[in-house]
Amino acid sequence: MAERPPVADWASDFDPLDPDWVEDPYPLWREMRWRCPVAHTERFMGVYFASRYADVRDIAYDSEHFSSRRLFVREQTMEPIPAPPITSDPPAHRADRMVLLPAFTPNAVKRLEPHTRAICRDLVARIAGRCDGGRGECDGAEDYAQEIPTRVTARLLGISEEGGARFRRWIRDFFEKGITDVAIAERVVGELIEFFDAEIARRKREPGDDLVTYLLNARRDGEALSDAHINGTLRLMLFAGIDTTWSAIGTCLWHLASHNEDRRRLAAEPDLIPNAVEEMLRAYSPVTMAREIVKETEIGGVRFAPGEMAMLSFPAANRDPAMFADPDRIDITRGENRHAAFGLGIHRCIGAHLARLEMTVALEEWLKAFPEFGLAPGERVEWSAGTVRGPRRLRLVLGGSGGSSR
Amino acid sequence: MTVARRNPAPSGAWHVRVDRARCQGHARCVALAPEIFEADALGNGRAIGDGVVAPALVGKLRLAAANCPEHAITVAEG
Repeated sequence: MAERPPVADWASDFDPLDPDWVEDPYPLWREMRWRCPVAHTERFMGVYFASRYADVRDIAYDSEHFSSRRLFVREQTMEPIPAPPITSDPPAHRADRMVLLPAFTPNAVKRLEPHTRAICRDLVARIAGRCDGGRGECDGAEDYAQEIPTRVTARLLGISEEGGARFRRWIRDFFEKGITDVAIAERVVGELIEFFDAEIARRKREPGDDLVTYLLNARRDGEALSDAHINGTLRLMLFAGIDTTWSAIGTCLWHLASHNEDRRRLAAEPDLIPNAVEEMLRAYSPVTMAREIVKETEIGGVRFAPGEMAMLSFPAANRDPAMFADPDRIDITRGENRHAAFGLGIHRCIGAHLARLEMTVALEEWLKAFPEFGLAPGERVEWSAGTVRGPRRLRLVLGGSGGSSR
Repeated sequence: MTVARRNPAPSGAWHVRVDRARCQGHARCVALAPEIFEADALGNGRAIGDGVVAPALVGKLRLAAANCPEHAITVAEG
């Protein structure tokens, strides 16, 4: 990343691409919540950042003043390109969302569990094959976390799992390089439209048991969807389903690598994994969306100016002590947990149940094979910046928790 | 969680209701208390049957209500 001007004041000049924010944002947000619960920056053409749960919830619930037609903070203007239902506002939103909901209910996603488990076992076996006498090294992000949602999403869409590296390049270009250079994000969208147009044409000739065929057969208020609508929804599936879950799985591995007690407990009591997944989703929520302010309003006593963006920091909301007891403590047995990692209100993540399934199965299979692991000594963990936060490089020592711990 | 106390019924049963206007389909209730909640065709949570919950399941009921991110679950005694 290019050198950025240092932050003058976190209340009036915050920068989500600042190295401190990228590396460990939680102490910064704690201070901001106390000192300037709604911060503003002139960077990115003007952005507001709310760090209290109640304010984040108010923004998420308010589609009158906050539109979803723009969802990302960028340094230059990008024309809104519809990807329904995530970019839809009421009243169109409801029908756009109804199209997709039946395919992502808890029962519907359960059908993907055997395939997800097979993927995880295959990856674990490959990593174990490189170990010598039960000891070895790997990259938890590259060799494991990133592969799982890439392959599951490919299966869901009925496209070849071999294209994984290409999907990930598209996603990283869109979400990371595309923040500071909109031309890159626009190029990705162009390539994806072409890619999915070819998939839609193929499924019209040869229907399959996949989401492309599902959308071709779907009805919205009794009408078939246009190819452009289907293409937008498929782009959403690719953008929303891969690096989000990859980041969530990677962050779980990072936590367990650096917290021996939690790792040993989950390895010994795998029934606790679903609850631990919820707690890690709360404490390390990967996704920060944004909204375009379309009508002047006030949140937390601060005036929000139309035309600027408001970040929707579910990760900061989930560390608010007004909502969560002892929020910076990661308690894998936490009972009451109304976390907002998958958003709040009408845009609640449609893939939430699939993400939970992937995270749970990923941890079950990993811990069965590697109950002992730790961070590789002297190796730096690299975190992604922008909309989705997770480890992109996570060197691990397997067999014996030889690495650093805390 | 909203707890409205009425005169306890002799059975000691509890009533639960999911507010359809608030529910957004997080389905935490279905995951935490599948004896009490089920998902409809769109994935939204609803109480199984008439929403009467046996006293033995009250702990699970409270846990489910305390994990609803949209505060959509209302529990009433009696």
